[in-house]
Amino acid sequence: MLFAIGFAGAVSRRNAIIVLIGIELMLNAANLNFIAFWRFGPNPQSLTGIMFVIFSIGVAAAEAAVGLALILAIYRQYKTTNVDQIDSMKG
Amino acid sequence: MSVTFAIIAVLTVASAVAVMTLRNLVHCALSLMLTFVGLAALYLQLNAQFVGFAQILVYVGAVAILIVFAILLTRGVEPPEQKIFSSSSMGGLAVAVAVFAVLAATIGSSSVLHAVLQPSHEVSVRQIGEQLMTRYVLPLEVVGLLLTAALIGAVIIAMRDEEGK
Repeated sequence: MLFAIGFAGAVSRRNAIIVLIGIELMLNAANLNFIAFWRFGPNPQSLTGIMFVIFSIGVAAAEAAVGLALILAIYRQYKTTNVDQIDSMKG
Repeated sequence: MSVTFAIIAVLTVASAVAVMTLRNLVHCALSLMLTFVGLAALYLQLNAQFVGFAQILVYVGAVAILIVFAILLTRGVEPPEQKIFSSSSMGGLAVAVAVFAVLAATIGSSSVLHAVLQPSHEVSVRQIGEQLMTRYVLPLEVVGLLLTAALIGAVIIAMRDEEGK
């Protein structure tokens, strides 16, 4: 069962190429693994897993806000959200 | 492995794949919401009620709405028919498969798989609050500071060209 949970988490990790959404999915997969290992681990009485996930959710929210603001700023500058066309720093 | 878990896991993974492959960005956001709800259900099933509800509040409530806003704000000029994958997607896919193989091998060889399942242990919100206020005060303060900084930073970044005029 745990293997399947890890599988679910890691499969969501697949394909996180371009978009910010991929990052969110990766963070969620990591959270799911934290919870699963906390639950099935040797010591579920200590709240370490839950604490880690709570802080991780907080950080993920901050990151999503800043990332979307950056996307908006870039969109105003370049009028596109395609990552292939934003190459002005390419050497 | 219970049937409920299998249903939720399949739903979550399927909608996560849909997020990455669908062409319409609004459909992507909607299936992302479905993924988040599925994850929240998994948390609830794993006896982490507080985290499950926090997941619903933060992700389904806030992050998904934020993403929908960003999609709607950045839409319009782009022609809808383009290839949806970036030019380096093949390399990215290969790296993703490799990372997945490593993760699967690590989890598969974990000793936790063979451990005896501990009896179910209810974690009350009261316990979480006590721990937050005693053992985890410093991380809590740091997260508060980080959220404030992110709020201010996001506003400043998004308003920059108003200033520049």
